[in-house]
Amino acid sequence: MITKSNPMLPRRLTILGGAALAAGAAAPARAQLTIDMTRPTFEPVPIAIVDFSGDRVGAQIAEVIRNDLQNCGLFRSISPSAFIQRDIDAHSAPRFPDWRSIGAAGLVVGQVQSGGGNIKVDFRLWDVVVGQQATGLSFNSQPGNWRRLAHIIADAIYKRVTGEDGYFDTRVAYVSESGPGNARVKRIAIMDQDGANNRYITDGRTIALTPRFSPTLQEIVYMAYGEDRGPPRVYLQSVDSSRRELLGNFPGMSFAPRFSPDGTKVVMSISADGNSDLYEMDVRGRALRRLTNTPAIDTSPCYSNDGSQIVFNSDRGGSQQLYVMGAGGGGERRISFGEGRYATPVWSPRGDYIAFTKIGAGGFGIGVMRTDGSGERLLASGFLVEGPTWAPNGRVLMFFRGNPSSGGRTGSVGLFQIDITGRFERQVPTPGDASDPAWSPLIPQ
Amino acid sequence: MRLFKALATVTAMVLLAACSSEQQQTASAASTTVTPGSVGDFRQNVGDRVFFDTDMSTIREDGRQTLNRQAEWLKKYTNYPVTIEGHCDERGTREYNLALGERRANAARQYLIAQGIPASRIKTISYGKERPDPVGSDEAAWARNRRAVTELQ
Repeated sequence: MITKSNPMLPRRLTILGGAALAAGAAAPARAQLTIDMTRPTFEPVPIAIVDFSGDRVGAQIAEVIRNDLQNCGLFRSISPSAFIQRDIDAHSAPRFPDWRSIGAAGLVVGQVQSGGGNIKVDFRLWDVVVGQQATGLSFNSQPGNWRRLAHIIADAIYKRVTGEDGYFDTRVAYVSESGPGNARVKRIAIMDQDGANNRYITDGRTIALTPRFSPTLQEIVYMAYGEDRGPPRVYLQSVDSSRRELLGNFPGMSFAPRFSPDGTKVVMSISADGNSDLYEMDVRGRALRRLTNTPAIDTSPCYSNDGSQIVFNSDRGGSQQLYVMGAGGGGERRISFGEGRYATPVWSPRGDYIAFTKIGAGGFGIGVMRTDGSGERLLASGFLVEGPTWAPNGRVLMFFRGNPSSGGRTGSVGLFQIDITGRFERQVPTPGDASDPAWSPLIPQ
Repeated sequence: MRLFKALATVTAMVLLAACSSEQQQTASAASTTVTPGSVGDFRQNVGDRVFFDTDMSTIREDGRQTLNRQAEWLKKYTNYPVTIEGHCDERGTREYNLALGERRANAARQYLIAQGIPASRIKTISYGKERPDPVGSDEAAWARNRRAVTELQ
């Protein structure tokens, strides 16, 4: 989506690098400004984020960073009203005792310089416990990119403290839902990970479902119904235009599309005479290859992070379960063996887990298992929870949660995120009802 | 033995009574008179939908009776192509339910073909769980939503 030629961002974000703002000796890992998020218990890191100086947008940048860090569950953003040192300068050392006394482990300061159609943002993360700079970076971009710069800074702080890549400079595609339950309008929307910059990709005249990003974020694939009562089909659409292409014109329904990790292929289900099998299409040449051939429902396919395998759900054994096969088809083996039905498997971008929807007698669940099916854990449950999607760091999931309908009124449905320890669940803000999220990779810088 | 038979007859009559009262309700809710061979005639006097058990696409006995009536009517009024819509309840995942709806629509289509309706006359489309009718989250609503609906074109 963001490229050198994109009018939104004609110039690459220039990252001057940590060395540019280095102050003092290189600091090794600190006891209290670091966090091991895989440990069963830990306290969120208390962090003070000061409004960036130099421009009015500085306060907005600081607020976006506070919001990102607070919402991920690993940080506690200290209210600016508690700050003692008010004369802080982005380029000189803070009075550490003032920050220690309000309980801060980390302190973020920054400065904005704008002019000539350019914005330059510097920031430093201070390790208050040790009294040293932990990291510092400088960015150049266009003024309209200030929100992205704030997310990139939040990612840098997250990485410095957790050792994991961040996921704040990302987008989410989802199905926006409105109207009465028996004639619901369902259209594809895209927004920033924090709910900002929401926009619609389809017009809502027909139902559109299951959006999935290409690895470059330039395109999405999704399924949409036609206006002629023909079968629903898979479309490929640039996220920056309303122009879309049909991805294969088959007599039966085509659905459940998903890109390969290298973006050259799309795997999907195609139905014929009521039966759904998996196929892989070459995106450029449009060559089609059949991957499964069973009288069962084979759907919800997802490539492994290295592209060598595909996980999918099938009812070939009598009930809906998860299977893994080679990316070219063949060698299918069942990996889910717990009670209930398993659906919508998604392979973690870091390759360690498969997340899934589980349907039991009591309701729905979102869980993770290792890629061989072992170590199953449920993270969230409810009347309806469905459709997990991974943050690019493989440590956080987004899914949708729906409430029961009653009195002829459709139950509300919305997006939620949860970390893979299952500790922090929170609703992701959307302008209206929302389902079926797809989390993008990090936006290319 | 005789007593058992009598009980069975009474049960059957009660069932019939329940059926006819439901049909009367449907009829009174719609227009009072329908033209034979019209869409209204098909919906009221034939029945446009059949229902399925959870996660199943097997045509039940009650569904066979409805589809038999549909086949007879479609043989009499040959000017309608039809589309069979397959639907599911909300207790499944979106993509799987699209496939299950397709399977249900196809089961109804195959049944009509077996009764002599030309295959070229019958299309299918699946709506999965996207078009509930009725809207509801209880067993009764789910049972009505697991359906294949024959729409006259």
